[in-house]
Amino acid sequence: MTSSATESTGLGQAAAQSAVSLVGVTKDFGAVHAVQGIDLTIEPGEVVAFLGPNGAGKTTTIDMMLGLSLPTTGTARILGLQPREAIARGLVSAVMQTGGLLKDLTVRETVAYTASLFAHARPVDEVLADAGIKAIADRRVEKCSGGEQQRLRFAMALLSDPALLLLDEPTTGMDVEGRRTFWSTIRADAEKGRTVLFATHYLEEADQYADRIVLISHGRIVADGSGAEIKALASGRTVRATLPDADTAALSALGGVDSVEVRGDSVLVHAKDSDVVARYLLTETTARDLEITAQGLEEAFLNLTGDVEGEDQ
Amino acid sequence: MSTDAILSPDRRQVPALGAFNLTMLGIEVRRILRNRRAVVFTLIMPVVLYLIIGTNSDYSGRREGSGNISAYILISMAAYGAVLAATSGGAMVATERALGWSRQLRLTPLSPVAYIAVKALVSLALGLGSVLAVNLVGVLNGKAEMPTHVWIAAGLIAWLGSIVFGAFGLFMGYLLPSENVMQVLGPVLAGLAALGGLWFPIKPHTVLGHISACTPIYGLANLARWPLYGGAPHVVWILNLVGWLAVFVAGAAWRMSKDTARV
Repeated sequence: MTSSATESTGLGQAAAQSAVSLVGVTKDFGAVHAVQGIDLTIEPGEVVAFLGPNGAGKTTTIDMMLGLSLPTTGTARILGLQPREAIARGLVSAVMQTGGLLKDLTVRETVAYTASLFAHARPVDEVLADAGIKAIADRRVEKCSGGEQQRLRFAMALLSDPALLLLDEPTTGMDVEGRRTFWSTIRADAEKGRTVLFATHYLEEADQYADRIVLISHGRIVADGSGAEIKALASGRTVRATLPDADTAALSALGGVDSVEVRGDSVLVHAKDSDVVARYLLTETTARDLEITAQGLEEAFLNLTGDVEGEDQ
Repeated sequence: MSTDAILSPDRRQVPALGAFNLTMLGIEVRRILRNRRAVVFTLIMPVVLYLIIGTNSDYSGRREGSGNISAYILISMAAYGAVLAATSGGAMVATERALGWSRQLRLTPLSPVAYIAVKALVSLALGLGSVLAVNLVGVLNGKAEMPTHVWIAAGLIAWLGSIVFGAFGLFMGYLLPSENVMQVLGPVLAGLAALGGLWFPIKPHTVLGHISACTPIYGLANLARWPLYGGAPHVVWILNLVGWLAVFVAGAAWRMSKDTARV
């Protein structure tokens, strides 16, 4: 069991450094402020979801972690190193949405080509087998299905046995079974000490597979915590009732009310404590047709990211 | 490799030479030899053209400089093949960028200099193959006559001078980023070869002669055939070659700098 002993030594050394450290990072593209100030520390072995709608700045932030672009202000460090330095040492790798493959190479050639670029790389056949593409190793990339090409990209990312793996929308285009297999592989890797950061816009996926969710919207972190914590932040129910000329000020003043909306004769109250609202409506007003609905995950997510949109305007 | 180095930054090394290595070079060479269009264009077509144009017994045996007309045409076709090889090599870099492969490579330790070095070596190898193919067929065919040192010098100039067109291919590849950029550049190069005097001799001091002297292949064509005549090379030939090199390099650099946002 020497290998497990040395492995833990390696892990111990790495633990001295954060896997990812972003301090005051911003990124402008001309007049567009894509990232508006992000501070983020990720410890080794964490599986972190970068959750946010399209255009929130997830990919831009990941690009800066990889040294593909430089922050306008602030610093990005990977395991205490400059991002490009970490890449040169094979410590960080990524599966990006934009990464292309050469169609005229075979699967094996693609992996061998990539492996030859690292000072340390795992054996090509082993990586092909782990990624489940050994059977198609001699097939041209252009003849591979989208799922097979995605698995090839993973094989390439895992060649250098990176301490940090960055995944940008990794399961796009995968079926349910593919997703499940993929995540169980990622979880098994994380248990060995690999840090994983994945960008996604599915709250469900973030909640199910990440230890920690960093919610990003309009280039800022709007929430950071476990899945349960994130859901609690936007938890609550919606109380709907027919009540002409509702006193919105009085409703807003009730404890735990997040927002009050009037739609014609109806009033919609979003509240953490729906009982208080219901009791008030039924006893103090002429409200009728009262309905109470719980918020779904997606709605909670939209609420959190949408609020920031409101603040920006 | 044991697992203990996996998570320890101190024990991970940076590859030597910016990750330049023979495995990668070998795969790139195999890749280009598998590309039927590249092989037909650069290795077969110049040979066929030489056999059609350069061995016609009506004129091929006539004296020309220290050799004969067949030798003159052989050198021209070798230069044409080398130009095609270099151009497709340059265009390949731009195509790979358009495909997103360059971005994929930026997730590895490969340095841009090592990448360009591999691409340059591969297209030089293809260019050398093209020049050797034409010359080998010329030797076996026996119609071309010129002193041995002229064979060698003309072949070397055609081969190395074609590097200019690597920059041309790179520039054009950035202007027309598509996988089939060579389908466009093939006819363009055939036209430039005609204007530059590779297909038929163009008389100097005529209107066509002046136009020819301003086109990119003119300098290379005349420099490659220069050993056949000896004496000092014309300044215009060198200016033409160097001038177009500057234009293509500047053009490629300009397109590259416009394009950084995507890499």
